[in-house]
Amino acid sequence: MPQLLMVFVVGGVICLIGQLMFDIWNLTPAHTMCVLVVAGAVLGGLGIYPLLVDWAGAGASLPISSFGNSLVESALSGARENGFWGIFNNLLKTTSAGISAAIIWGFIAALFFKPKS
Amino acid sequence: MSKKPKVQLWYKNILDEKTPKKPILSNCIKAFVFGGLLCVVLQLVQNLLVGYLAFDQKEAASVSLVLLIAATALLTGLGHYDKLAQIVGAGLAVPITGFANSVASALIEYRSEGYVLGSGCNSFKLAGAVVVFGVVSAFFVALISLLLGVV
Repeated sequence: MPQLLMVFVVGGVICLIGQLMFDIWNLTPAHTMCVLVVAGAVLGGLGIYPLLVDWAGAGASLPISSFGNSLVESALSGARENGFWGIFNNLLKTTSAGISAAIIWGFIAALFFKPKS
Repeated sequence: MSKKPKVQLWYKNILDEKTPKKPILSNCIKAFVFGGLLCVVLQLVQNLLVGYLAFDQKEAASVSLVLLIAATALLTGLGHYDKLAQIVGAGLAVPITGFANSVASALIEYRSEGYVLGSGCNSFKLAGAVVVFGVVSAFFVALISLLLGVV
Protein backbone atom coordinates (compact mmCIF):
# COMPACT_ATOMS: atom_id res chain seq x y z
CA MET A 1 0.00 0.00 0.00
CA PRO A 2 1.28 3.42 -0.94
CA GLN A 3 2.60 5.58 1.86
CA LEU A 4 0.26 8.35 2.88
CA LEU A 5 2.97 11.00 2.58
CA MET A 6 3.45 10.09 -1.09
CA VAL A 7 -0.34 10.23 -1.60
CA PHE A 8 -0.47 13.69 -0.03
CA VAL A 9 2.47 15.14 -1.97
CA VAL A 10 1.54 13.78 -5.41
CA GLY A 11 -2.16 14.67 -5.05
CA GLY A 12 -1.25 18.10 -3.70
CA VAL A 13 1.23 18.85 -6.47
CA ILE A 14 -1.28 17.99 -9.22
CA CYS A 15 -3.82 20.34 -7.59
CA LEU A 16 -1.10 22.97 -7.28
CA ILE A 17 -0.41 22.71 -11.03
CA GLY A 18 -4.14 23.23 -11.63
CA GLN A 19 -4.16 26.30 -9.38
CA LEU A 20 -1.17 27.77 -11.27
CA MET A 21 -3.07 27.29 -14.53
CA PHE A 22 -6.04 29.18 -13.03
CA ASP A 23 -4.01 32.03 -11.56
CA ILE A 24 -1.01 32.53 -13.80
CA TRP A 25 -2.24 31.53 -17.26
CA ASN A 26 -5.83 32.60 -16.49
CA LEU A 27 -7.25 29.37 -17.90
CA THR A 28 -10.91 28.55 -17.26
CA PRO A 29 -11.72 25.43 -15.20
CA ALA A 30 -12.81 23.68 -18.41
CA HIS A 31 -9.47 24.39 -20.12
CA THR A 32 -7.51 23.35 -17.04
CA MET A 33 -9.38 20.06 -16.76
CA CYS A 34 -8.93 19.33 -20.48
CA VAL A 35 -5.20 20.05 -20.33
CA LEU A 36 -4.81 17.75 -17.31
CA VAL A 37 -6.84 14.97 -18.95
CA VAL A 38 -4.82 15.12 -22.17
CA ALA A 39 -1.58 15.22 -20.13
CA GLY A 40 -2.78 12.15 -18.20
CA ALA A 41 -3.55 10.34 -21.45
CA VAL A 42 -0.12 11.10 -22.91
CA LEU A 43 1.70 10.11 -19.70
CA GLY A 44 -0.45 6.96 -19.63
CA GLY A 45 0.61 6.10 -23.16
CA LEU A 46 4.26 6.58 -22.20
CA GLY A 47 3.76 4.25 -19.23
CA ILE A 48 4.63 6.95 -16.69
CA TYR A 49 1.20 7.54 -15.15
CA PRO A 50 0.61 3.87 -14.19
CA LEU A 51 3.90 3.98 -12.26
CA LEU A 52 2.68 7.09 -10.47
CA VAL A 53 -0.57 5.29 -9.53
CA ASP A 54 1.38 2.30 -8.14
CA TRP A 55 3.54 4.69 -6.23
CA ALA A 56 1.06 7.24 -4.90
CA GLY A 57 -2.32 5.45 -5.01
CA ALA A 58 -5.21 7.86 -4.57
CA GLY A 59 -2.79 10.78 -4.91
CA ALA A 60 -2.53 9.94 -8.60
CA SER A 61 -5.92 8.29 -9.18
CA LEU A 62 -8.14 11.02 -7.72
CA PRO A 63 -7.04 14.03 -9.84
CA ILE A 64 -8.79 14.32 -13.19
CA SER A 65 -5.54 13.49 -15.03
CA SER A 66 -6.14 9.87 -14.04
CA PHE A 67 -9.30 10.01 -16.18
CA GLY A 68 -7.05 10.34 -19.25
CA ASN A 69 -4.79 7.59 -17.99
CA SER A 70 -7.68 5.17 -17.35
CA LEU A 71 -9.09 5.85 -20.81
CA VAL A 72 -5.72 5.02 -22.38
CA GLU A 73 -5.29 1.96 -20.19
CA SER A 74 -8.60 0.45 -21.29
CA ALA A 75 -8.11 1.56 -24.92
CA LEU A 76 -4.76 -0.25 -24.94
CA SER A 77 -6.26 -3.38 -23.40
CA GLY A 78 -8.87 -3.33 -26.18
CA ALA A 79 -6.17 -2.87 -28.79
CA ARG A 80 -4.28 -5.84 -27.33
CA GLU A 81 -7.35 -8.10 -27.60
CA ASN A 82 -8.94 -7.04 -30.88
CA GLY A 83 -6.61 -4.56 -32.59
CA PHE A 84 -8.04 -1.34 -34.03
CA TRP A 85 -11.72 -2.14 -33.39
CA GLY A 86 -10.95 -3.21 -29.85
CA ILE A 87 -10.07 0.39 -28.99
CA PHE A 88 -13.70 1.37 -29.55
CA ASN A 89 -15.04 -1.56 -27.51
CA ASN A 90 -12.99 -0.94 -24.40
CA LEU A 91 -12.18 2.77 -24.29
CA LEU A 92 -14.72 3.81 -21.65
CA LYS A 93 -14.57 0.62 -19.58
CA THR A 94 -12.59 1.69 -16.51
CA THR A 95 -13.98 5.21 -16.34
CA SER A 96 -17.55 3.92 -16.40
CA ALA A 97 -17.75 4.02 -12.59
CA GLY A 98 -16.87 7.71 -12.42
CA ILE A 99 -19.10 8.86 -15.27
CA SER A 100 -22.07 6.70 -14.20
CA ALA A 101 -21.77 7.81 -10.58
CA ALA A 102 -21.62 11.49 -11.59
CA ILE A 103 -24.79 11.11 -13.69
CA ILE A 104 -26.75 8.91 -11.28
CA TRP A 105 -25.99 10.74 -8.02
CA GLY A 106 -26.33 14.09 -9.79
CA PHE A 107 -29.74 13.13 -11.13
CA ILE A 108 -30.93 11.92 -7.73
CA ALA A 109 -29.67 15.20 -6.20
CA ALA A 110 -31.62 17.13 -8.84
CA LEU A 111 -34.80 15.30 -7.81
CA PHE A 112 -34.40 16.34 -4.18
CA PHE A 113 -32.77 19.77 -4.22
CA LYS A 114 -34.15 23.01 -5.60
CA PRO A 115 -31.80 25.32 -7.54
CA LYS A 116 -30.25 28.10 -5.46
CA SER A 117 -31.10 31.51 -6.85
CA MET B 1 -5.61 47.15 -36.90
CA SER B 2 -2.32 46.43 -35.16
CA LYS B 3 -2.28 49.63 -33.15
CA LYS B 4 -4.72 49.91 -30.29
CA PRO B 5 -6.50 53.24 -29.90
CA LYS B 6 -5.06 55.39 -27.13
CA VAL B 7 -8.24 55.30 -25.10
CA GLN B 8 -8.09 51.51 -24.91
CA LEU B 9 -4.51 51.55 -23.68
CA TRP B 10 -5.34 54.20 -21.13
CA TYR B 11 -8.30 52.15 -19.96
CA LYS B 12 -6.21 48.98 -19.79
CA ASN B 13 -3.65 50.71 -17.58
CA ILE B 14 -6.32 51.83 -15.15
CA LEU B 15 -7.87 48.37 -15.19
CA ASP B 16 -4.53 46.71 -14.43
CA GLU B 17 -3.92 49.17 -11.63
CA LYS B 18 -7.31 48.85 -9.98
CA THR B 19 -7.82 45.09 -10.33
CA PRO B 20 -6.96 43.52 -6.98
CA LYS B 21 -3.86 41.33 -7.18
CA LYS B 22 -4.61 37.63 -6.90
CA PRO B 23 -3.16 36.09 -3.76
CA ILE B 24 -1.39 33.47 -5.86
CA LEU B 25 0.84 32.09 -3.11
CA SER B 26 -1.93 31.53 -0.59
CA ASN B 27 -4.21 30.12 -3.31
CA CYS B 28 -1.48 27.64 -4.20
CA ILE B 29 -0.90 26.60 -0.60
CA LYS B 30 -4.64 26.06 -0.05
CA ALA B 31 -4.97 24.04 -3.26
CA PHE B 32 -1.91 21.92 -2.41
CA VAL B 33 -2.92 21.19 1.19
CA PHE B 34 -6.61 20.56 0.55
CA GLY B 35 -6.04 18.53 -2.63
CA GLY B 36 -3.41 16.44 -0.88
CA LEU B 37 -5.61 15.84 2.16
CA LEU B 38 -8.56 14.81 -0.01
CA CYS B 39 -6.33 12.22 -1.70
CA VAL B 40 -5.15 10.97 1.71
CA VAL B 41 -8.76 10.60 2.93
CA LEU B 42 -9.66 8.64 -0.20
CA GLN B 43 -6.58 6.43 0.24
CA LEU B 44 -7.60 5.72 3.86
CA VAL B 45 -11.11 4.77 2.72
CA GLN B 46 -9.58 2.41 0.13
CA ASN B 47 -7.31 0.90 2.78
CA LEU B 48 -10.34 0.29 5.02
CA LEU B 49 -12.29 -1.30 2.15
CA VAL B 50 -9.37 -3.59 1.37
CA GLY B 51 -8.49 -4.35 4.99
CA TYR B 52 -11.90 -4.85 6.58
CA LEU B 53 -14.42 -5.53 3.81
CA ALA B 54 -12.20 -7.78 1.68
CA PHE B 55 -12.42 -5.72 -1.52
CA ASP B 56 -9.57 -6.12 -3.98
CA GLN B 57 -7.48 -3.04 -4.80
CA LYS B 58 -9.21 -2.25 -8.13
CA GLU B 59 -12.74 -2.62 -6.69
CA ALA B 60 -11.84 -0.53 -3.66
CA ALA B 61 -10.56 2.26 -5.93
CA SER B 62 -13.81 2.45 -7.90
CA VAL B 63 -16.09 2.02 -4.86
CA SER B 64 -14.32 4.85 -3.02
CA LEU B 65 -14.67 7.10 -6.10
CA VAL B 66 -18.40 6.34 -6.33
CA LEU B 67 -18.80 7.23 -2.63
CA LEU B 68 -16.82 10.46 -3.04
CA ILE B 69 -18.94 11.44 -6.06
CA ALA B 70 -22.10 10.77 -4.02
CA ALA B 71 -20.77 13.06 -1.28
CA THR B 72 -19.99 15.73 -3.91
CA ALA B 73 -23.54 15.55 -5.32
CA LEU B 74 -24.97 15.84 -1.80
CA LEU B 75 -22.79 18.84 -0.90
CA THR B 76 -23.60 20.47 -4.24
CA GLY B 77 -27.32 20.07 -3.58
CA LEU B 78 -26.99 21.51 -0.08
CA GLY B 79 -25.02 24.48 -1.47
CA HIS B 80 -21.90 23.85 0.64
CA TYR B 81 -19.71 22.80 -2.27
CA ASP B 82 -19.53 26.24 -3.86
CA LYS B 83 -18.46 27.90 -0.62
CA LEU B 84 -15.70 25.38 -0.07
CA ALA B 85 -14.60 25.55 -3.72
CA GLN B 86 -14.20 29.31 -3.48
CA ILE B 87 -11.71 28.84 -0.66
CA VAL B 88 -9.64 25.91 -1.93
CA GLY B 89 -9.92 26.52 -5.71
CA ALA B 90 -8.11 23.83 -7.64
CA GLY B 91 -7.95 21.67 -4.50
CA LEU B 92 -11.54 20.69 -5.30
CA ALA B 93 -11.67 21.45 -9.03
CA VAL B 94 -8.79 19.20 -10.12
CA PRO B 95 -9.83 16.00 -8.31
CA ILE B 96 -12.79 14.02 -9.69
CA THR B 97 -15.00 16.12 -7.37
CA GLY B 98 -14.75 18.99 -9.88
CA PHE B 99 -16.10 16.74 -12.63
CA ALA B 100 -18.88 15.38 -10.40
CA ASN B 101 -19.83 18.87 -9.23
CA SER B 102 -20.10 20.21 -12.77
CA VAL B 103 -22.55 17.45 -13.68
CA ALA B 104 -24.56 17.64 -10.44
CA SER B 105 -24.81 21.44 -10.37
CA ALA B 106 -25.93 21.58 -14.02
CA LEU B 107 -28.56 18.89 -13.38
CA ILE B 108 -29.86 20.83 -10.37
CA GLU B 109 -29.61 24.39 -11.74
CA TYR B 110 -31.31 23.74 -15.08
CA ARG B 111 -34.19 21.81 -13.51
CA SER B 112 -36.39 24.90 -13.82
CA GLU B 113 -36.21 24.52 -17.61
CA GLY B 114 -37.50 20.96 -17.38
CA TYR B 115 -35.91 17.59 -16.75
CA VAL B 116 -35.24 16.83 -20.42
CA LEU B 117 -34.50 20.18 -22.06
CA GLY B 118 -33.01 21.72 -18.92
CA SER B 119 -31.25 19.13 -16.78
CA GLY B 120 -30.71 16.51 -19.45
CA CYS B 121 -29.46 18.75 -22.24
CA ASN B 122 -27.18 20.85 -20.05
CA SER B 123 -25.77 18.18 -17.73
CA PHE B 124 -22.49 17.75 -19.63
CA LYS B 125 -21.89 21.38 -20.45
CA LEU B 126 -18.49 21.45 -18.72
CA ALA B 127 -17.88 17.75 -18.18
CA GLY B 128 -18.53 17.13 -21.88
CA ALA B 129 -15.31 18.93 -22.74
CA VAL B 130 -13.39 16.63 -20.41
CA VAL B 131 -15.02 13.51 -21.85
CA VAL B 132 -14.50 14.58 -25.49
CA PHE B 133 -10.85 15.55 -25.08
CA GLY B 134 -10.16 12.51 -22.90
CA VAL B 135 -11.70 10.07 -25.38
CA VAL B 136 -10.09 11.65 -28.45
CA SER B 137 -6.62 11.85 -26.90
CA ALA B 138 -6.89 8.29 -25.54
CA PHE B 139 -7.94 7.07 -28.99
CA PHE B 140 -4.92 8.64 -30.65
CA VAL B 141 -2.52 7.47 -27.95
CA ALA B 142 -3.83 3.90 -28.38
CA LEU B 143 -3.73 4.18 -32.18
CA ILE B 144 -0.11 5.40 -32.16
CA SER B 145 0.87 2.62 -29.75
CA LEU B 146 -0.83 0.12 -32.06
CA LEU B 147 0.99 1.48 -35.13
CA LEU B 148 4.32 1.44 -33.32
CA GLY B 149 3.58 -2.10 -32.16
CA VAL B 150 4.10 -1.34 -28.48
CA VAL B 151 0.66 -2.42 -27.22
